[in-house]
Amino acid sequence: MNMKKFFAIFLAAMMIFSLAACSGGSTEPVAPADGDTPEGELPESTVQIHIGATGPLTGGAAIYGQAVKNGAEIAVEEVNAMGGIQFIFQMEDDTHDPEKAENAYNALVDWGMDMMMGTVTSAPAEVTAADAYADRYFFLTPSASSTNVIDGKDNIFQMCFTDPNQGSGSATYISENNMGEKIAIIWKNDDSYSTGIRNTFVEKAGELGLEIVAEQTFTEATKTDFSVQISKCQEAGADLVFLPMYYEPASLILNQANAAGYAPTWFGVDGMDGILTMEGFDTSLAEGVVVLTPYSADDESALNQNFVKKYQEKFGEIPNQFAADGYDCIYAMYKAATEAGIDPASMDHEAICDAMVAQFTSMTFDGLTGASMTWGSDGTVSKLPNAVVIENGAYVGM
Amino acid sequence: MSFLNYLVSGLSLGSVYAIIALGYTMVYGIAKMLNFAHGDVIMVGAYVCFFAFTRYGLNPFISVILAMLVCTCLGIVIEKLAYKPLRAAPSLAVLITAIGVSYLLQNLALLFWSSNPKVFNSIIPNESVEIGGLTVSYITILTIVVCVVIMILLTTFINRTKLGKAMRAVSEDKGAAQLMGIDVNTTISVTFAIGSGLAAIAGVLLCSAYPNLTPTTGSMPGIKAFTAAVFGGIGSIPGAFLGGLLLGVIENLAKAYISTQISDAIVFGVLIIVLLVKPAGLLGKPTREKV
Repeated sequence: MNMKKFFAIFLAAMMIFSLAACSGGSTEPVAPADGDTPEGELPESTVQIHIGATGPLTGGAAIYGQAVKNGAEIAVEEVNAMGGIQFIFQMEDDTHDPEKAENAYNALVDWGMDMMMGTVTSAPAEVTAADAYADRYFFLTPSASSTNVIDGKDNIFQMCFTDPNQGSGSATYISENNMGEKIAIIWKNDDSYSTGIRNTFVEKAGELGLEIVAEQTFTEATKTDFSVQISKCQEAGADLVFLPMYYEPASLILNQANAAGYAPTWFGVDGMDGILTMEGFDTSLAEGVVVLTPYSADDESALNQNFVKKYQEKFGEIPNQFAADGYDCIYAMYKAATEAGIDPASMDHEAICDAMVAQFTSMTFDGLTGASMTWGSDGTVSKLPNAVVIENGAYVGM
Repeated sequence: MSFLNYLVSGLSLGSVYAIIALGYTMVYGIAKMLNFAHGDVIMVGAYVCFFAFTRYGLNPFISVILAMLVCTCLGIVIEKLAYKPLRAAPSLAVLITAIGVSYLLQNLALLFWSSNPKVFNSIIPNESVEIGGLTVSYITILTIVVCVVIMILLTTFINRTKLGKAMRAVSEDKGAAQLMGIDVNTTISVTFAIGSGLAAIAGVLLCSAYPNLTPTTGSMPGIKAFTAAVFGGIGSIPGAFLGGLLLGVIENLAKAYISTQISDAIVFGVLIIVLLVKPAGLLGKPTREKV
């Protein structure tokens, strides 16, 4: 075979691979209700709502997107089985990339989305929320916690705390429970999530009189070696280290601190969720890590037990906060849509959006991630934060 | 922590950069091309070792050999398919192809191994030894030793063997080397094979020191190592070693004594100053372009 021909075949193979990569990302829509009410036999009056979502199903943040998708799918099945409003759920992969999120959003609009169950992570959510605001689609994000997602947009709501809330919530929690005298912070200063939480944490800590003895940073380019940051915290005598970051760098910090023989109390926020399910991670390193999260899988309420059981049966692992957020989003949308009498057959997405916004700002919702949740007109949720601690490789309520 | 401790942790980071930089500089020195896919070959090597060692519980030594074999084959295949047809093309075309290969490898890895980060179990115990009040981890010692051994072997190979002589000839003038009866294609293929084999070792050591493994694991260290190679004088093997160590030390000292926020700015600032004073890098040979 001559070289040119070989090269051409190689290029063709590359193209096939890239196509496969595209199609691998998107997901099959969940069919409405199984068994007793097949789609064809639905009475004409049945309300069908198309819910679109985007999130990282592949890429470095895939654990979050997959969890949200799994949680939402369970909720969609349950909702559809109730026989009222039927949800058709479609989640597109955005790989935690704002540009891909834009494409995913457009794909959902073409698909005929009526409302959107947000985008899972903050940076891409900033893009999709801006689009949904301009196009007037109702938008509820399970876990994009940056304030930039909701700022100045009346139809964008969050199921999770905003970053500022996580920072000030963590400071309040640490202060109320006397968890640390001297606090150090390691944060990622090229990341809006990490920076947002750190800023409000420092502000609140100042108000509460917590002593911050060290502040260390890293960036995307320097997220491998943390030996200097760790020893700076150690030298400053910090007995609690606050880690407002995702679990991937956090796992390296825990590993390197262990090698350096440094064992303060580690305090993380929702991005830490997922550290226990990393393949090959030695969970004993995370022993004693405290995570501020509105959800813990060991909660004994019937609602949660049912969810955990279904999740384990279906996906073979214990659900994390993101799965619970996804589940809650679907139920909150179900509740609002039922009470507001949403019907895409007679309403366009702008009318749906207005009705949902009015409903969301006035209703109270009980879910897995908190009881009596309410939403402000700025899109933030108010619910009580909770802290869990990692013991024997599992989250335990404190 | 004392200055010496920061120095040691800098050396540990630097030795990883150095071992990656060796592969860059060797391929550049001989084939005169920047193989931007080098960082991704490292990632493939680390994955092969991860599966062999952590998943299937093979002996660590065999796992490393296996990773080297796979990477060597991969290097030869990449060279044959993507770079060889462009031998006569302008160097910019080859550079762009290398970037393409880099993305191809990353995306194939995403497809096959998914993006979920894997935690790489170090091939040697994750422990440290105390030397005169200094804590040095075994992996740092191993990385530096391996780096020095590879450097010496490579230098000897290139200066003392027949194939090494052919490599130097190809590096100086491809056309003339061909006229002298040297098989240029084979020589360049061998260069890639060696460079990729080194990448596998670098991948294993990188992930043993910093145990997160994702399809993009190789890209950032790859770029840093490329910087190190330029810093030391690209094409020079001892230069890559020196450049890597210096880059790691400067990075860590800047973090420790100035600010973690601007450590990268300082590292690259030093690079700019060095290149302004010595455009060929620390140990690079200044070449005069014939106009």
